[in-house]
Amino acid sequence: MAGKQSRKLIALGAAVLLAGALAWSSFTASSEAVSPSGLLQAAQGGRAYELTGTVLPGYRRLGEVLHFRVRDRAGSATVPVRYRGAVPDPFRAGREVIVTVRRAGAAWVGDRDSLITKCPSKFSTESDRR
Amino acid sequence: MLLLGRACLLLALGLAILGAAASVYGARSGRPEWQAAGRRCVYALFAVLTVAMGVIELAFARSDFSFRLVASHSSTTTPAFYKLTAMWSSQEGSLLLWVWLLAGWSSLAVRAAGRRARALAPWAGAVLLALAAFFLGLINVLADPIQLLEPAAVEGNGLQPLLRHPAMVIHPPMLYSGYTLATVPLAFAIGALVTRRVDGAWIRVTRRFVLASWLCLTLGILLGARWSWSELGWGGYWAWDPVENAALLPWLTGTAALHSLVVQEKRGTLKAWNVTLALGTGVLAVVGTFLVRSGILESIHAFGASTLGLPFLIFIVALVLGSTALVLARRDVLRSSARLESLVSRETVFVLNNLVLVGLSLVVLWGTFFPLISEALTGRRASVGPPWFTRYTVPLAIAAVLLSGIGPLLAWRRATPRALGRTFRMPLAAAVVVAVVLLAAPVPDAPRALALFAVAAFALSAVAQEYWRGTRARRAATGLPWPAALGGLVARNRRRYGGYLVHAGIALLLVGVAASSAFQRVRDARLAPGASASVGGYDVRYVRPTAKVEPEKLSLGALLEVRREGRLIATLRPSRGYYPVADERRLGTLGRWFEGESTSEVGLLSDARRDVWAAVEPDLQPFRSMIDGIDLRFPLAGGRMEPLFLRALAERYELDAPPAAFRLIVSPLVAWVWVGGLVAFGGGVLAIWPARRRQRVPARARAAAAPAAAQGSA
Repeated sequence: MAGKQSRKLIALGAAVLLAGALAWSSFTASSEAVSPSGLLQAAQGGRAYELTGTVLPGYRRLGEVLHFRVRDRAGSATVPVRYRGAVPDPFRAGREVIVTVRRAGAAWVGDRDSLITKCPSKFSTESDRR
Repeated sequence: MLLLGRACLLLALGLAILGAAASVYGARSGRPEWQAAGRRCVYALFAVLTVAMGVIELAFARSDFSFRLVASHSSTTTPAFYKLTAMWSSQEGSLLLWVWLLAGWSSLAVRAAGRRARALAPWAGAVLLALAAFFLGLINVLADPIQLLEPAAVEGNGLQPLLRHPAMVIHPPMLYSGYTLATVPLAFAIGALVTRRVDGAWIRVTRRFVLASWLCLTLGILLGARWSWSELGWGGYWAWDPVENAALLPWLTGTAALHSLVVQEKRGTLKAWNVTLALGTGVLAVVGTFLVRSGILESIHAFGASTLGLPFLIFIVALVLGSTALVLARRDVLRSSARLESLVSRETVFVLNNLVLVGLSLVVLWGTFFPLISEALTGRRASVGPPWFTRYTVPLAIAAVLLSGIGPLLAWRRATPRALGRTFRMPLAAAVVVAVVLLAAPVPDAPRALALFAVAAFALSAVAQEYWRGTRARRAATGLPWPAALGGLVARNRRRYGGYLVHAGIALLLVGVAASSAFQRVRDARLAPGASASVGGYDVRYVRPTAKVEPEKLSLGALLEVRREGRLIATLRPSRGYYPVADERRLGTLGRWFEGESTSEVGLLSDARRDVWAAVEPDLQPFRSMIDGIDLRFPLAGGRMEPLFLRALAERYELDAPPAAFRLIVSPLVAWVWVGGLVAFGGGVLAIWPARRRQRVPARARAAAAPAAAQGSA
């Protein structure tokens, strides 16, 4: 009986330890999700942020670098982003994007291949339908 | 037609509520006529929803734009094949598909249970009908697929171009089948708990449904990954996106359940664990559906403007709380009398395998929902990326493959040291040989990938050895030639040898994943016609630009030559297709072609050793003045003029294309992801295939036949 209880304790201890490692590593490895207005208010240099918002018209590619601005979903704050890497097919003005960015002076540099665009097939709003 | 469809949806909701109530009343009162009424409601629900589906499909086939759904997701120019499948590219249509599949599988389950688990069937039927009622409530109130568009549109928006791919036609029905099939074990587990019959009856009814769910999820996930690799221009097949994870979660717990159910069947243990797994898998299937629709997590797939999040959340919370309360209330009957006899036994490995798979699903669940967790704990929404997922999932996947090789080598109850030596010799030797060869070979330093190759060699040789030993024994017993002995062995033990094939398939798949992740080479290059770039030992030359005007799209691309050590090995034709939007008045005759959707057509050379993958993004900036000029001079030209302008633009692009942006990838062994997936799927089909019923021979006839057989063999 004592053996059974100690086995249970060992298993429980191991589970708690693993769960703790999982939780700790997820907090240290995570990047904060922010809107452009949130980024402008609270951003710290060197940290990675997951920027979410809508692409403004007028984006352009210069060489391998894509330059675009991201605006709040419901607001007017915008931030400029310089990005290298894969550009998803659905990327264009008006689409909602998520990109991991870090501050570089006045601009924001996107992590390579971190840009994702919401799949428009499953992004139908009431206004789209009208 | 519209009225008929609406009536069917309302009738379906009524049937689901009525049937659930009748089933519960019948089960509680023990009155068979009410139980039968509940059962008939399940069948009627499926029939009525089939009519509703038929009405919508007919509207799509006829391009009836008085249906809002058809106008939003199809057009007269959408190919006929895609018209019929466009329904599930929408929120409303996919919900209807979900509940239609649920009703279909529920009918099968209730029918199967009528013979084998009569006491559980009414409760299970009530749960399945309650699930259907929830979804039909959403459909009737918040996401109606049969809405009138007045006045009817002249032309529809068309199907989203990215979804015009054969894999995307089958992918959603497969995933939804997987999800809905996973609710059948949940319903029967609830039935078993309510009636306190947690022995083998509910397992016998639902085992095939667990396997069918696993098969559908496997195929659905595989098709989604293949579509991503061959159609999307980013060069990957898995991104740990919440919606991808949503399908993986019930797949992982379903895989665990498939193993632990066997342990309960064979040894009578793990009752509480199995009930919990069945409930968990069913809940995760609903969570998966919720994730796509709620917009609660940032995902490339989420239906953005959905209002379905809150009802889903309330339903899931109720399901989790109800299931937990039921398990706790029945803990007295869930205690197993049997114990594991030895740590060196097949059932112990099954338990370990369950812990690994459930551990994997907890990691994926935590990572997927981390944005919500972090927001609740810190007030800030943060998310974890692919490196965090792979840090945990890779070691667990290595452990799972290792256990999938060890399991078949051990006996039930207890394995003797002598048997261990005999069965482990070959697989261990294979693993050691692969490890030594890889360590000696000049491959890049990737210890986790190399570890996976070694354990995959162990698992594959274990499976091969089991097939060999079984075939040899059968040949010795029957005198049949080798192929017939192998066929007979598999035919008589479909579950066992089908399962082994699944193990082999998963090992192959993970070899492909490990190699293509660890040793992939990517090059982003901007090339002018005639220029070259090197990637992963291959030289890729941009020979010339290509352009093609098609009725639905304008394709601009490139002809690429791929050479290895100077030898031409392939010609690739990546391109980008531009689809027009209808707004000619605002965007211009030519401009509207570049303001709509654009999709990559990937150039792909695929063989057993590696894939060479290429995508192109043409630079249209130099053509902007031409496009604007035409739009200015010929506003609303449309009609016959538009193809002329498009052809002129295409010819100009072919003559004088500016440098284009290319993504070039060399990915080793990626084909084994698909091969392994198909082998695993084939193994699953083999395991689920009904065993041939042995003809009953009367005892007298057997007795008469015995001496004759003895004479014949003499």
